[in-house]
Amino acid sequence: MEAARPVSAPLPRATAGPTPLFGAYGIVKRFGSFTANDGVDLEIRAGEIHALLGENGAGKSTLMKILYGLLEPSEGVVTHRGDIVQLPNPEAARRLGIGMVFQHFSLCENLTVEENIALVMPPELSGRALADRIAKLGIDYGLHLEPDRPVWSLSAGERQRIEIVRCLLQDPKLVILDEPTSVLTPGEAEALFSVLERLAREGRALLYISHRLDEVRRLCVRATILRAGRVVGACNPREETARSLAAMMVGSAVHEVSARAVRAIGAERLRLDHLALPAPGLHATALRDVSLRVSGGEILGIAGIAGNGQAELFAALSGEALAADPACVRLDGKPVGGLGINARRRLGAAFVPEERNGHAAAPLMSLSENALLSRHPTAPLTRAGLLRAGAARDLAQRVIAAFDVRKSGPDPAAGTLSGGNLQKFVVGREILAQPGVLVINQPTWGVDAAAAAHIRQAVVDLAAQGGAIVVISQDLDELFEIAGSIAVLHDGTLSAPVPTAETSREAIGLLMGGSSDAAPALAPAPALAPARTH
Amino acid sequence: MRLDLVPRIRRSAVLDILAPALAFVAAVMVGGVAVAALGVSPGAAFVTYFVTPLSDVWSLQEIALKAAPLALIATGLAFCYRADLWNIGAEGQFVVGGLAGGWVGVATHGSGGSVWILPAMLAAGALAGAAYALIPAVLKVRLGVSEILTSLMLVYVAQLLLDYMVRGPLRDPAGYNFPQSVGFEAAARLPYLMEGETLHAGVLIALAAVGLGTFVLARTLFGFEVRLVGASPRAARFAGFSDARLTLAVFAISGGAAGLAGIVEVAGRIGQLQPEISPGYGFTAIIVAFLGRLSPPGILVAALVIALTTIGGEGAQIDLKLPLDLTRAFQGLLLGLVLGADVFARYHVRLVPGGPVSRTAP
Amino acid sequence: MTLDIVQMVLVTVLAAATPLILAAIGELVAERAGVLNLGVEGMMIFGAAVSFAVAMQTGSTLLGALGGAGAGLGLAALFGLLTVGLAANQVASGLSLTILGLGLSGLVGANYVGIKRDPAPQLAIPGLTDLPGIGRLLFGQDAFVYAAVALVAAVSWFLWRTRAGLTLRAIGDDPIATHALGLKVRRVRFLSVLFGGACAGLGGAYLALAYTPFWSPGMTAGRGWIALALVVFATWRPLRVAAGALLFGGATVLQLHAQAAGLGLPGQLLSALPYLATVLALVLLSLGGRQGGSPAPAALGRVFTPSR
Repeated sequence: MEAARPVSAPLPRATAGPTPLFGAYGIVKRFGSFTANDGVDLEIRAGEIHALLGENGAGKSTLMKILYGLLEPSEGVVTHRGDIVQLPNPEAARRLGIGMVFQHFSLCENLTVEENIALVMPPELSGRALADRIAKLGIDYGLHLEPDRPVWSLSAGERQRIEIVRCLLQDPKLVILDEPTSVLTPGEAEALFSVLERLAREGRALLYISHRLDEVRRLCVRATILRAGRVVGACNPREETARSLAAMMVGSAVHEVSARAVRAIGAERLRLDHLALPAPGLHATALRDVSLRVSGGEILGIAGIAGNGQAELFAALSGEALAADPACVRLDGKPVGGLGINARRRLGAAFVPEERNGHAAAPLMSLSENALLSRHPTAPLTRAGLLRAGAARDLAQRVIAAFDVRKSGPDPAAGTLSGGNLQKFVVGREILAQPGVLVINQPTWGVDAAAAAHIRQAVVDLAAQGGAIVVISQDLDELFEIAGSIAVLHDGTLSAPVPTAETSREAIGLLMGGSSDAAPALAPAPALAPARTH
Repeated sequence: MRLDLVPRIRRSAVLDILAPALAFVAAVMVGGVAVAALGVSPGAAFVTYFVTPLSDVWSLQEIALKAAPLALIATGLAFCYRADLWNIGAEGQFVVGGLAGGWVGVATHGSGGSVWILPAMLAAGALAGAAYALIPAVLKVRLGVSEILTSLMLVYVAQLLLDYMVRGPLRDPAGYNFPQSVGFEAAARLPYLMEGETLHAGVLIALAAVGLGTFVLARTLFGFEVRLVGASPRAARFAGFSDARLTLAVFAISGGAAGLAGIVEVAGRIGQLQPEISPGYGFTAIIVAFLGRLSPPGILVAALVIALTTIGGEGAQIDLKLPLDLTRAFQGLLLGLVLGADVFARYHVRLVPGGPVSRTAP
Repeated sequence: MTLDIVQMVLVTVLAAATPLILAAIGELVAERAGVLNLGVEGMMIFGAAVSFAVAMQTGSTLLGALGGAGAGLGLAALFGLLTVGLAANQVASGLSLTILGLGLSGLVGANYVGIKRDPAPQLAIPGLTDLPGIGRLLFGQDAFVYAAVALVAAVSWFLWRTRAGLTLRAIGDDPIATHALGLKVRRVRFLSVLFGGACAGLGGAYLALAYTPFWSPGMTAGRGWIALALVVFATWRPLRVAAGALLFGGATVLQLHAQAAGLGLPGQLLSALPYLATVLALVLLSLGGRQGGSPAPAALGRVFTPSR
C-alpha cells in the first residue's frame, strides 16, 4: 500500500521489534496559537494494553481524537502495520478496525439501547440480527443489556456497556478507552478490567487513557507519558511506583506548600447535620445523611471518585441547592439550609466551583464583570441597583495583582486566560473577600503545577488566618498536602473524617472504593483536627 | 470542502459594526439587481428609497412614527433575547396592549375628558401586554413548555380576540355596523408635537424607552443579570440570580413594551379600535432587534433603517411603480444577510478542503 | 343521501387538511433533525406563487407543482445555509425567511392576480369513484391529496424503519454525540431543511393549483403557522400530523359553516381553536413527559457547531 499523498512529516522511523499495529509519528496539532500535541510519537502493538498517561490538558484527548479520525493533525502521520493511513473521519478509523469508548458517552438519551448501537453499524446489520449479536456479546463478555430500554433510564455503568458493546460489535483491532472508570463504581470497574484483559488476550490492542496510576499499574505493561503536548517518557508501569509515574506526569518537582504557624482552632463555623438531598437529575447522585463540622483554622479534605456526589455536596453547601430542613446547614451557628448562595455569601461564606468556564466565570465577559459575578453581594460594587464599574475594575485589578494572574490587555474576557490563570483569578476573587468559610471543589483541576502550588498556598494561608475551609478534591496528594483531616465521599455518603497524620493513602483509597470494612477506627466526633503543619 | 467555525473569544469592535454595515451594502446591491430586472434604474430607485424620504418633513415624520413602535418593541425584546429567551409573540402583546388601552378610551368616552385618561390608557396597555407575555413565561417556568411555540400561538389568539371585541362588545353602536369602536376624544389621544403635523408624543415614549433600555442593560445589576443569564446560565445561578424570576421579568418587560407600543399606536395614529391595528410591527420588531444586534442604540438605528425602507418603498410604489413586495423581500434579505454576517463576527470562519481518503485494505 | 352529505363534508375537510399535512410533514422532518424553521409560511406562499406562475407559463400542473416545491426548496436552502452552515439563530432566520417569502411571492405573482386556472385534475375511476358514500372520498381526489397521504406513510416508514431515519432522529436528539460518532450532522440537517422546504412549497402549490385555484397575495393566510403548531400538536409523529391536520382542517370548515349551522359560538373562537389546542397540547406534553425522556427532539432549535 502506498501513501495517498506525499507527507511533509517525518517518515516512520525504524523501530526495534516487530512493526507496530498502529503508530503515530511526529503528531502536531495546533488550535490557533495553542499547540495541543507537539511532535508526539506513539506505537501500539497487538495484544497489549497501552497506557496513555498525563494530567488534564496534557494532550491525551487530542491525540486520541486524531487516532479516531475526529481531528486531523496539523503535522505527522498515522500508520497501520507500517503503512501510512489517512483518517479524515471516524468512519475511516472504524474501517481500519479502530474502536472508541468515549469518556463522555456518545449516546442519544431518547433513543433505545439498540438504536444507539445501530447508529454506527453497517446498514445490513439491523433488527433481529443486531439484537442477536448484542445478546451474544452480552453472554460472551458478561455485558448484559436490555435492547429496548431508552438510554435516559440507564445508569452510568449500563451506558458504558452500550459504548463497549457498540465498539466490540465492530470487531476492533484497536480499542481506545478514554478515562473509562471515571464514572464507574469499583465493582463495575473490576468487571471492566476483566473484559479488557480478555480483549487483550484475544490479540486486540488497547489504548488506555487515564490519570489513575493504580489502574494503569494493574492493567498495563507499557505506558506513554504526555506532558504539555509532548511525550516525556515511556515505561513499564509495573516497574514504576505511583510516585515516579506522577513525577513524570507532573514534571519538575512540585512546590511544597509552606504552612504558616496555625493559630488555635477557632469556633465551629460550618456544620452539616444529617443532610439528605434527592438526586437533582438522572445522572446525579443523591446525598444521604451527610454530616460534617469545620472550625476556623481547619482544612477539611473531601476525597472521592468523581461522580460520587461532589457536585451535589458543593451545591448543598453553596446554596445552589436548598435543603428541606434549614437547620441541616449552619454557618456560624445560623441555620442557612433554606438560604440562597448570596445570603450565605453575606454571612461570610465563599465558594469556588469545579468548572471554571461557565460556572465560576463567564468566559465571554471581562474580568471586572467576572469580579462582579460572585462579589456583588459582598463588595461595594453596586449602589441602589446601579453598577459601580470603577469599583469592579479595581477589585479585578487587586485579584490580578495578588494572585499573579497573567493576561493580555487591560480587562480581557475571562475565556482568553489559560486554565491556571483563570483558576487563580477565580480563587483569588473569593479569597480576597476574606471569607470565614471557603468551600472549594477541585481547586487545581487541570491547572499547571506552579499555579496549583500558588492556589494551595493561598488556601493554607486563609486557614492560618482563621478561615474554615472545605476542599473537595480527587487528588489525594493534594489533600494529604494541605488538609488537616480527610473524609471520603462515596455514593452520596460521607465517611467520618480522620486526621491526615493518622491515615494513609491506602486507607483513604479503600474508602473511596466503597469498602467500609476498611474504615479506620472512627475518630472521636466531632473530629476537629488541626490543619497539618509541615 | 467543509466549513469550520471556531468561536472568537476576543470579539472585534470593528467587525461588530462592519458586519451589519457590509450586510446592508450587500442587500442594497442585490436589491439594485432586482430593481434593474424590473426595468427601473437602480440609481433612481436608490434615491427614491433612501434619499427622497429624508428630504421632506412629512416623510421624516412618517419615518419617525413607523420607527417608534418598532424601536419600543425591539428594545423590550432585546431583554428577552439577551437572556436567551424567545418571546416571538410581541405582535400579540402589541394587539392586547392596544385593545386594553383602547378599551379604557372607549369606556371613558363622554366622561368629560379628565387628564388621567391618557395615562390610564398607557398603563392599561403596558400592563395588559406584560400580563399576556407572562402566559408563556409562567408556562415555561412552571412546566418547562417551550416559550417559542406558546408565545407564537398566542399572537393569533390575540388578533382574533381583538377582532371579536371590535365586532362585538366594543363596536360603536352608532357606527352603521362598521367593525370599529367610537373615535377617541382628545383627552384619550396622544398630543401632537407640532401644530398641524402628524408627529405625536409616542415618538418621545419610544426614545425614552431606548434610553432607559440602554442604561438598564449597561449600568444596572439587573442588566448584568440579563446579560449573564444569556452568556452563561450556570454562572448566573452561581451569581445568585434566579432563572425563574428573570424569565418572568424579561417577558414582562418585553410584553409591557409591546403593549405600550400597541396603545401608543391606537391612541396616536389610529384614534379608535379596529380589527387590524398593526401592520406586523411585532414581527418586524424581531428583525429590528437582531439588526440592532440586541443593543438599544443599535435597535434605534435599525428601526429607522427599516422605517426608511418602508416609507421609501411606498414612495417607490407611487413614483417608480415598484411593488411594495420588493420592500418586504428586501427587509427579509437584509435580516438574513445580517444574521449571516454576524457569524463572521462571532466565529473564525474557514473553508477547509476535505483531504482525499486513502482506502486501505482491511 | 345523508351518506353523501357526510362524504361531502369529509371531502371538504380533507381538502382543507391537505396543505397542512404537506407543510407539516416537511417541517416535522426538519424538526426531527433538530432544526426549527419558522419560515414555513414564507416557503409555502412562495411555492404557491411560483407554482401558479410556472403552471400558467407551461400549462402543466405537474411542472407547476414541481416549481412550487423547488421554490420552497430554494428558500429552505437559504435558511439551511444560515442556520446549519453558519450557525445563525434559527428563530430570527426563520422569520426573515417568512418575510422574504411573502415579498418574493408578491413579486412573482404580480402578473397573475385575478387569473383563474382549471383545478388540478381529480382521479376518476369508473365504478369506483361513483361508489356511494366513499367513492369520491377515496377515489376522486387530485394527485396532491394522494401525494400527501403517501408522504405521511413514507416519512413514517423512513423515520422508524430505516437507518438513515434513525440517524436523523439521533441527530435531532444529540448532535454533539452523533458528531462524535462521525455522523454527518450538518449534512443531514441541511437535507432535512431542504425536504421541509420542498414539502412547504408543495403545500403552497396545492393551494394555488387545486384548492382555490388561482393566485392572490397572502393566500396562505397563516396556514404555515398552523402547520408549525400542528407538528407540536402531533408530538412529532407523522400519523398524528395527518390526524391533527384533519382536526384543524375540520375546525376551519366548521368555522366557515358555523353561522349556517347556527352555532352560538363566535367564529373567532373556532378560528383560535387550533392555536389554543396546540398550547394545551404543549402543556399536557410537559405534564406527561416529566419522568424523563422527551417527545420533542431534544436539540430542537439549538445551533450546532462541530467542536474543532
